[in-house]
Amino acid sequence: MSDLWYQLKKNKIAMSGLFMTIILIILAITAPWIAPYDPYEMAPDARFAEPSLAHFLGTDQFGRDILSRIIYGSRISLQVGIISVGLSFVLGTLIGVVAAYYGKWVDAALSRLTDVMFSFPDILLALVIMAILGPSLTNLMIAVGIVYTPIFARIARGSVLSIKNSLFIEAARSMGVSNLKIMWKHILPNSMAPLIVQVTLSFAFAILAEAALSFLGLGVSPDTPSWGIMLSEGKSWMESAWWIAVFPGIAITLAVFSFNVMGDGLRDALDPRLKNESS
Amino acid sequence: MSDYIMEVKDLKTHFHTKKGIVKAVDGVSFKVKKGEILAIVGESGCGKSVTSQSIMRLVGDKKSEEVTGEVLYHGEDLMKKSRLDMQKVRGKDLSMIFQDPMTSLNPAYTVGTQIAEMPMIHEKKGKKSAWNRAVEMLTKVGIPSPAKRAEQYPHQFSGGMRQRGVIAMSLACDPDLIIADEPTTALDVTIQAQVLDIIRDLRDETGTAIIMVTHDLGVVAELCDRVAVMYAGKIVEQGTIEDIFDRPKHPYTQGLLNSVPRPGSRERLKPIEGQPPNLHDLPNGCRFAERCPFVMDQCIEKEPDLLEAESKGHTVACWLEEEGNNDGDRGNTEGRGTEKVF
Amino acid sequence: MIQYVIRRLLISIPVLLGISVVAFFMVRLVPGDTVTAMLGNSYTPDQAEALRSKYGLDEPLIQQYFLWLGNVLQGDFGYSQFTNTPVLDAILARLPITIELAVLSVLIAIIIAIPLGTIAALRRNSKFDYGASMFGLLGISVPNFWLGTLMILFLSLYAGWFPSGGFVGLSESIIGNLRSMLLPAIALGTAVGAVAMRMTRSSMLEVTNQEYIKMARAKGVSNERLIWRHALKNALIPVVTVIGIQAGYLLGGSVVIEQIFGLPGVGQLALQAITNRDYALLQGTILFIASAFVIVNLIVDVIYGFLNPQIRY
Repeated sequence: MSDLWYQLKKNKIAMSGLFMTIILIILAITAPWIAPYDPYEMAPDARFAEPSLAHFLGTDQFGRDILSRIIYGSRISLQVGIISVGLSFVLGTLIGVVAAYYGKWVDAALSRLTDVMFSFPDILLALVIMAILGPSLTNLMIAVGIVYTPIFARIARGSVLSIKNSLFIEAARSMGVSNLKIMWKHILPNSMAPLIVQVTLSFAFAILAEAALSFLGLGVSPDTPSWGIMLSEGKSWMESAWWIAVFPGIAITLAVFSFNVMGDGLRDALDPRLKNESS
Repeated sequence: MSDYIMEVKDLKTHFHTKKGIVKAVDGVSFKVKKGEILAIVGESGCGKSVTSQSIMRLVGDKKSEEVTGEVLYHGEDLMKKSRLDMQKVRGKDLSMIFQDPMTSLNPAYTVGTQIAEMPMIHEKKGKKSAWNRAVEMLTKVGIPSPAKRAEQYPHQFSGGMRQRGVIAMSLACDPDLIIADEPTTALDVTIQAQVLDIIRDLRDETGTAIIMVTHDLGVVAELCDRVAVMYAGKIVEQGTIEDIFDRPKHPYTQGLLNSVPRPGSRERLKPIEGQPPNLHDLPNGCRFAERCPFVMDQCIEKEPDLLEAESKGHTVACWLEEEGNNDGDRGNTEGRGTEKVF
Repeated sequence: MIQYVIRRLLISIPVLLGISVVAFFMVRLVPGDTVTAMLGNSYTPDQAEALRSKYGLDEPLIQQYFLWLGNVLQGDFGYSQFTNTPVLDAILARLPITIELAVLSVLIAIIIAIPLGTIAALRRNSKFDYGASMFGLLGISVPNFWLGTLMILFLSLYAGWFPSGGFVGLSESIIGNLRSMLLPAIALGTAVGAVAMRMTRSSMLEVTNQEYIKMARAKGVSNERLIWRHALKNALIPVVTVIGIQAGYLLGGSVVIEQIFGLPGVGQLALQAITNRDYALLQGTILFIASAFVIVNLIVDVIYGFLNPQIRY
């Protein structure tokens, strides 16, 4: 673990990703104290205010402060990220480990199911699930979680398969350790590396998916300060008030960027094949 | 014009790394006569492969690679050639065979295409005549049904066949000199013998000179005319095959030879103590001093030069050979430390 | 090669069947009732009953699935409840637009990705390489709908170079068609291009370290030939796979992009079907899009086999 940290520390871009992520988390936690305005508060006389000292990033069509809404929006994005990625991680890893460990028809059935799920474009699948569940933040997190489950299943299956027949697993099995215990104590910890990388990258996907669904009007409810909602509202006023749509977009890009950069850095640090290349 | 087709003078290849300068090749000189097979022998990491790649200028383009010295080919210094001119020499006049036939052929193209590429780029041949040359070359190296085989991909060839394909490729433009870098190491023993036979026959037939880079003394004994023994980036002894095998002068050469189990011999093989020196932290004196059973004060202080020994053309870099140090008692190599080089 | 294609085809049959199962049952889970949606506000229970039996909606669900699948296999995807036109006709009318958008996006992606990735790999750790890596990271991070919005804002509304939306058919005007498709294709293709660029770069780095590249240099092959002929064909193998995986992203992204740019494609149709609760239409479009993904991957596998002779034989 300290080796991993050492590898990461050397990677300047990955560190900047980590730094930006930490800022994002701080923003989300301290939103009520640092946001200059109430994100829901409408000010009829301050509608469409251009970016100024009073409103750094301007106001929207209801006079709500965009900076404050963006700061509060980080809460939605992080919440969606944590819960939906958590869901897909647990569900996907479970499916993948079970498929790889038991093999035979269990593997065949679960792998085909994963293939089928993969064939549905993520946004479309999420849209249909949202149509089934109805629009709300909770349902959106469930939908995004389901959509990104197959990728975890595939990665977990692959990495379990690659170590399943290694000697130390054989040894544990020959000593009569139970299947469940072998999976939990031996196989899972050893297949963590690619899964951790995927968690980071999926965080980026989840933030994008939330924004896209909300943008299409099938995500969270319209008064929520979500970056996707802000973007979709801003689009209608683009010609006269560009700032409404531009700033939330920058927020999404930066958040997604920092998770992607961190995922890249983690992968480089965890991939032993790339490790020696930089010497 | 001399009868040497290649003269390498004071070749140095240094790699600049974070840990310092690695002197992989550090002042190597040798000559190759027309039609002869010169062996460069040494354990892995002694710089013999880097030497061969430096001659071809396959190293030296990057900032971290520094190659100096002269490589005279027919009297012309290859080191001074422009990149473009060097490209024309490679493959046409000098060609190379690499160690692992599994990886030295491009998996995306047929073997025939890869051989035909040589006459196409160097002789501006048309597709058809280049292809015919490829088939002809495959016939030459003894590949059965060559016309059919030429249309196949490397992965459809066995290891031995691939190496024949590589040899066919290196011969396609009738070069004056072939550098073969451990051409048999990756092959099965029985296939090794076949490939060596092919190389010898080709030399006899075409008169191509060959530099054979190897760690295998069996290959040297079977195939080569002259031998250069390398240790830690330097040549420590050079001579005809008789000089080296029958009258080895350098303690390292003697150690190497003792590692070859001779039929009928019941001598016990003992490994040489220690490891070769670190190439980025070389000693001031003789590089073998640390492991040498005959080490003297002189050896640690100053590096010996490569000087002519008893017979003409037999050179050795050892203080024992300097006048006054030769006590004449070293012809007997029995019981001396040995080293596993196979 | 033919054997390989047939094998791939056979493998995709169970996946296609699975897709049909998911498409059918998933849409049936969407709340609401087809019949009441069709009849509107004033209808008698008898009318509803008659319609139900007409569409086989009174049968058990499993039976309905097979009935639907049988019809689909015969080319009958049912009727859209809102437009009252055959679903298949609606899809086929819009398919060319989505295909054009996807093809254009992939073309743009390839044109950016392959030269950029190759040069970045060859000039590793140079300023160009860092720039390309930055572009790669930004490209996968920018939401395509925001990129599209920005392009409309700056290139259409402010600069006036492109129409801000709407579709011009290929038969009406080729230039006009390209003008209406270019911005959406760029918005959609950027992420694919970024992913493909990153893959080209890393794959090129790996290939140029291979022994056969050294061998080719020893053969006296020129640098240009070395890169574009010896290295690239091998380096492209994983790139093609990645582009195939991105096809799913393209098809999903088209839902959003078509909406923003007002392109009447299949993605927009799917979105309409969802908002209108048009069940037959939704089943049809989902089935179509997911099958398209499978078919694209089949094509990618064939290209893959073409690039990689070890697969072919």
